[in-house]
Amino acid sequence: MRVSGKGLIDRNTVLNFKFNGQPFQGFSGDTLASALLANDQRLVARSFKYHRPRGIMTAGSEEPNALVTVQRGKSQEPNTRATVQRLYEGLVAQPQNAWPSLKFDALGVNDLLSPFLVAGFYYKTFMWPRAFWERVYEPFIRHAAGLGALAEAYDHDLYEKAFAHCDVLIIGAGPSGLMAALTVARSGLDVILADENDRLGGRLLSEVEEVAGVAGHMWVDDALAELVGFANVRIMTNTTVTGAYDQGTYGALERVGHHLDMVPEGLPLESFWRITAKRAILCSGALERQIAFPDNDRPGIMTASGMRSYLNCYGVSPGQKIAVFGNNSDAHRTARDFAEAGVEVVAMIDSREGTSTQVDYPTYAGAEVVATSGRLGLKSISIRHNGGLKTIECDALGVSGGWNPSVHLTCHMNGRPVWDPSLASFLPKEDAIPGLVVAGAASGVMTTAGALAQGCQMAQSVAKDLGKRLMPSDLPHAEDRPYEIEPFWDVGGKGRAWLDFQNDVTTKDVKQAVQENFRSVEHMKRYTTQGMATDQGKNSNITALAVLADATGRGIPETGTTTFRPPYVPVAMAALGAGGQGKGFAPERFLTSDRATRALRAPMIEAGLWYRPSYFPKDGETHWRQSCDREVAMVRTAVGLCDVSTLGKIDIQGPDAVAFLDLLYTNSFASLKVGRVRYGLMLREDGHVMDDGTCARLSNSHYLMTTTTAAAGQVMRHMDFVHQALRPDLDVSFTSVTEHWAQFAVAGPQARALLNGILDRKISDKTMPYMGCGAVQLGGIEARLFRISFSGEHAYELAVPARYGDSLFRLLLAQAEALGGGPYGIEALNVLRLEKGFITHAEIHGRITAFDIGMGRMISDKKDCIGKSMAARSGLNGPERDQLVGLRPVGAVKKIIPGAHLFEPDAAPIRKNDQGYVTSMCYSPTAETVIAQAFLRDGRNRMGQAVKMVDHLSGVTTLCEVCNPVFFDPEGGRLRG
Amino acid sequence: MRIECPLCGSRDRREFYYSGHASALERPDPDSSAEVWDDYLHNRDNPAGLTEDLWHHEMGCSAWLVVQRDTVSHAVLAVRLAKGDQL
Repeated sequence: MRVSGKGLIDRNTVLNFKFNGQPFQGFSGDTLASALLANDQRLVARSFKYHRPRGIMTAGSEEPNALVTVQRGKSQEPNTRATVQRLYEGLVAQPQNAWPSLKFDALGVNDLLSPFLVAGFYYKTFMWPRAFWERVYEPFIRHAAGLGALAEAYDHDLYEKAFAHCDVLIIGAGPSGLMAALTVARSGLDVILADENDRLGGRLLSEVEEVAGVAGHMWVDDALAELVGFANVRIMTNTTVTGAYDQGTYGALERVGHHLDMVPEGLPLESFWRITAKRAILCSGALERQIAFPDNDRPGIMTASGMRSYLNCYGVSPGQKIAVFGNNSDAHRTARDFAEAGVEVVAMIDSREGTSTQVDYPTYAGAEVVATSGRLGLKSISIRHNGGLKTIECDALGVSGGWNPSVHLTCHMNGRPVWDPSLASFLPKEDAIPGLVVAGAASGVMTTAGALAQGCQMAQSVAKDLGKRLMPSDLPHAEDRPYEIEPFWDVGGKGRAWLDFQNDVTTKDVKQAVQENFRSVEHMKRYTTQGMATDQGKNSNITALAVLADATGRGIPETGTTTFRPPYVPVAMAALGAGGQGKGFAPERFLTSDRATRALRAPMIEAGLWYRPSYFPKDGETHWRQSCDREVAMVRTAVGLCDVSTLGKIDIQGPDAVAFLDLLYTNSFASLKVGRVRYGLMLREDGHVMDDGTCARLSNSHYLMTTTTAAAGQVMRHMDFVHQALRPDLDVSFTSVTEHWAQFAVAGPQARALLNGILDRKISDKTMPYMGCGAVQLGGIEARLFRISFSGEHAYELAVPARYGDSLFRLLLAQAEALGGGPYGIEALNVLRLEKGFITHAEIHGRITAFDIGMGRMISDKKDCIGKSMAARSGLNGPERDQLVGLRPVGAVKKIIPGAHLFEPDAAPIRKNDQGYVTSMCYSPTAETVIAQAFLRDGRNRMGQAVKMVDHLSGVTTLCEVCNPVFFDPEGGRLRG
Repeated sequence: MRIECPLCGSRDRREFYYSGHASALERPDPDSSAEVWDDYLHNRDNPAGLTEDLWHHEMGCSAWLVVQRDTVSHAVLAVRLAKGDQL
């Protein structure tokens, strides 16, 4: 119910929303949780395992119970904590884990079966018979388990990633965080102040105590007004810092669109930030924990501080008759505030002796809650006091087992928190994260005055670290009442007392884990699933380990904590991987001929990130093979045109360029003359082939290297390494110019005729012989011409600055067509190279030596090169190697399948008889047969022999003849013609 | 994780390509024994504590860097250019 005169909500702005199909109203400034409580909607969820009725337990991101699915158009967001979901007009939310309805949940029968569903139940029950696991047990568990459901449709919601840098990151904007921000801001350092709520102030918004003589929230407003005036301060609301990483890197999740009724086009729902900070001040406050007592999970039972937040911040009372149960001085504030607000307080129960206070509501010192009643919501509690039992009617109970400083971030780099007996809590270990200091309640300072002072002090020390000196600033006056606590964890007794509300772990489960010898805190956690749900046990872990410590007879410090890992709050995969979907995952690289190529209806195929045409269909062609065979014949008889710009191009210059090339390539480049091109082979240092390509000498100290499309990046990195790490003395510079040049292959008997139609000066065999290169001009444009061939035909590659690529492609196209030629795609390119016996990365796949491909003699014995020493190893040369051969089918079956293995014709096709494998195949229209390349044991000595190809996947067996891999023009007359 | 590139300043590790221990800088003489080459190419220590490894600033200045770091604390202690002092 609403309480008049309380809260920071705007009662003039009514917001309509739906929960569980029912319409409700709330106010601007409400969360979904506060609006539900204002409407007396106590039952909001069912628990995970026992399907127990559950209500709202906290007022923050640590909420274990009130998980709902928020629906937004077609998409839905499961596991949204109602306590952090800002209310907006038209919000629609559904409860989870309830079927058929929230009030009657069929799986509530699990609660009756609870004696059987104890810790380790799954491990013990679903063991045998083994065959049941996949078909019976797993589907059953999957149906019963799980929190919420995804929409099972493509997620159209936008998520983003973002980066920020600052001098000082302040995490949390409660009293210590705000004071720290005000202090650092005055030094001129760049500050980011991040807080997970949309309204800054932390507990100052939830308490009635004054700061600097005004209400806490008014002091917050003043502080914010001052901070906004600083150009060097960036305030990030709705932003939870989720993890601390190396070298001052922090992850943070910003909820951008979640609190808006209409998310504007282009605005993401969430943004995942990577923030780099020279220093950080952790002001994350503390979280209140529960006390374990029988049936402590009924709707209406919540944290005492959460209850106070609903009253003071939202003007909501979660009940008509309020009771409070605690073991510390802070719990009394809840009873006091509700009484002062005019809500009936029926009991203040304190487990400590002798804590009577002068108040006008009943207080019970040295008392404890031993039972509760109310099936769908709290109706009464039973307390033990002065040796007797007493039943008190109430519909809301606030519980405080003390405060746990939020040390999570300090543990993200393996720091273990330190037990403080006076606070009965773990405190952050000092210097657990390099560059991060802790202030306020997170460091165990539990008063407002203390938090303000420490925020200021930490800010000063951080500023000093960064070379700024600050004048001491005045601290606002604030409450300074000491926080007094006597540890009290577990009331005991017969009934089930919950620890982890989200995973339904009770004190009994922890005790049973100990009985079964899961005594280490890490074992207990995994056996009982304590702290393993989406809330990661924020309210319950410390209490659970206290119960464990008691059951094992060890102390809490000896028992220790489990490991806190990032993220601090759940982060949607969509946010974490934002930008990594679809095109963001694999950006597209387009050729300069891309538009003209697509206009010719060529299907495009990915080659790395590049898109290249597969083939160019002509009218009437219905199968890619028709187009491909035609294109091959066209190149062999007239002229073909192909964009080969995807090949890596590296420009190498300097007096020592040739020495550098000689180190990189197996063969010598010292003898290469200006105006000539040479094929080169590169090895890895372990003696295997890295890449092949050509290298042209453009002038005395200027070379242009080409690499394969696939290995362009690897070769560049390798060259950087060889130069910088091995031979920094060489005077050579190089850079990738792959994107600077558009390069087209012009291949076929008519190639020269075509070029002579467009070049400013005609070429001949004399001016441009086979393996020649040089500068040419066309239409006054400086271009480069290389007489090289990947097809076995008389061929050239013509390169122009990329900006002329599109127009050159169109020009070449028109010229080729006039000569009976045209464009060809990479299907035809592959057939042409296989006919000629050229290799690609299908062959040089990383386990291949120069010897294997018949290029052993290309490793010069006159000089050293990368990989030379290891290439000479025994085992890398000889008849035991699989060597490159050609194959053609000779039996009835004509199919050859890349990846299939080779065997002797009479041998059983089993592993130990393996003789090699097929790497590439095609149908050769020139040879009018299927042809293939393969690696075969001692293959070069087996020409003319028969081998059996067996593809175990498709069950195809083909008898083949071993032959020379060069099927076309082995003498090379056409290249030179 | 961040690496202080001597040429570019402090940069996110996503800009770098990792390439194993810095012993790769000590390329053996071509005539060295197979054991020496095997050691150079394949055998690596796995220290808990100080180590030096090679990172390529591939998305930056293309410099190969020798990064001295602590595998236990993840602290980056020193960074230098693989090619030596001359810039």
